[in-house]
Amino acid sequence: MNEIKKIKKQSKTIQILKKTGIYTGLTIWAIAVLFPFYWMLQNSLKSFSEYNSENIPKFFPSVVTFQNYVKTFTEVPLAKYLLNTLVFTVATTLIMLAVIILAAFAFARLEFKGKNLAFTLMLALMMIPNELVIITNFVTITDMNLRNTFLGLILPSVTSIFYLYLLKENFAQIPDELYLAAQVDGSTDFNYLIKVMVPISSPTIVTILILKVIECWNSYVWPRLITDDKAYFLVSNGIQEIRESGFGRENVPAMMAAVTVISLPLIILFLVFKNRIMEGVSRGGTKG
Amino acid sequence: MKINKNLKGWLYLLPAFVFIAVFMIYPLVDVLIYSFEEGYNFASGNSFGVGLYNYKYVLRDPYFIQALKNTFILVAITVPASTIIALIISLGLSKINFIKKAYQTIFFLPYVTNTLAVGLVFMILFKKTPYSDGLVNFIITTLGGSAIDFIDGAYWAKMLVLCIYTIWVVMPFKILIFTSALASVDKTYYQAAAIDGTPENRVFWKITLPMISPTIAYLTITGFIGAFKAYSDAVALFGTDLNTAGMNTIVGYVYDMLYGDGGGYPSFASAAAIILFCIVLTITCINLIVSKKHVTYGK
Repeated sequence: MNEIKKIKKQSKTIQILKKTGIYTGLTIWAIAVLFPFYWMLQNSLKSFSEYNSENIPKFFPSVVTFQNYVKTFTEVPLAKYLLNTLVFTVATTLIMLAVIILAAFAFARLEFKGKNLAFTLMLALMMIPNELVIITNFVTITDMNLRNTFLGLILPSVTSIFYLYLLKENFAQIPDELYLAAQVDGSTDFNYLIKVMVPISSPTIVTILILKVIECWNSYVWPRLITDDKAYFLVSNGIQEIRESGFGRENVPAMMAAVTVISLPLIILFLVFKNRIMEGVSRGGTKG
Repeated sequence: MKINKNLKGWLYLLPAFVFIAVFMIYPLVDVLIYSFEEGYNFASGNSFGVGLYNYKYVLRDPYFIQALKNTFILVAITVPASTIIALIISLGLSKINFIKKAYQTIFFLPYVTNTLAVGLVFMILFKKTPYSDGLVNFIITTLGGSAIDFIDGAYWAKMLVLCIYTIWVVMPFKILIFTSALASVDKTYYQAAAIDGTPENRVFWKITLPMISPTIAYLTITGFIGAFKAYSDAVALFGTDLNTAGMNTIVGYVYDMLYGDGGGYPSFASAAAIILFCIVLTITCINLIVSKKHVTYGK
């Protein structure tokens, strides 16, 4: 009897040790993830002279100042970059939604000649990397004189075959009976789409919307190619510009303030919609 | 009535079709044409002839060779490292309940951050400046080493930072996918193993690993594809002039050829992009063949 107790006690100790090990490991990675954010935040609250006098980096500002945040809006056009990004993000996302809702409806509900072929072609295009098509798009937009315009930024960014596919799959799950009932009631297809399908699929639509917003907010390559006028820079290019010539190369605290300002909107969005975002990404979003 | 029906279907499809045709299908054809047009001039739109000159030029360009080398090193290090670390972290997550959700939320955070913005923070952490050696070097010197210039210094040091940052950026996606794969393994297998008194080690190698092998294959393939397209991480750390820093990637080479100080050569850019596409395609096929042999599908 005593022996069993002893063994039980032993295995309990092992269990506790194991759990401690797991928590330690996970905490180490959590620190690795959070530390850059902490470093950015705490340095953004230091004054330029304080930061520069630190031979050994310090983990807290001795005097907290918000002067860097004032600077990011007065000395560099960060507000303009933010506004541009907002316009770009909202316009791209809304146009994409309109386009894919119509197309997903056609694929999921309507019967017409060539539908299967069109759908197969679309799936095949999903495998084409952006890098291959961006070259011609650059030439197209340049030829159309759309460089340094919002239209030039937005148009090639609208296409998202993956989201179209995701929405089509969701639409296809809505039972046929609803559609037939609506037809008996004399409802037009468009009305049915707007009044029945879109509301039923709203969770998926919201997920797609959020993922597209994240993608737009962080997009760097296309905006960099198509804009060289600072008046049309988005935040990614803005941060690169600020880094190379904004405050002077050495003003790290001001740069950190700018980085904090542009990171904050998405972090808030993520904390509010974290379940939806994580679920959406695990259904097939890719990055890296 | 029937024609009407067809027309209606295509009408709903029209906006999407226009976007896809103009910005995906046409460019796809066009990029092939560009890559074979010799001496294409961007301003006049003329070319000398058709041939393989662009490919030969790109393959002999030292900047391209450098970019190719950088990309391959980056892929070879970050794909296995990030996949293994992500698996270990996800296994840890699957064994706990208390504040699990909080960990998951924190681990996912890098996914939603701006690569350029956080890259700047990484640069500050690693950079050596005249007045301060930076935090990482402070730690190294405290431990008895000597300070290293990670941003403007030796090649291996720069590559190390790039690898660390790349892994940091790709981890959220991998942890998320592994975590949901581990959660979906049928619990009865574990229960049966527990009744038999199977050691944990064996449970991992004989049950967990085979059950999640499709996920490992999936993450390896997407990881390879993603890492071959690395670019903005490098820009974030070393600035836009990657050729001078010696840290350019294949995608970076494509964009530099297209636009920027050395730009204006869509033909060379196209040739490089197609070479990249062929590399990625080859690696993906090899991956698929390998995983067919080792992956257990179904129950």
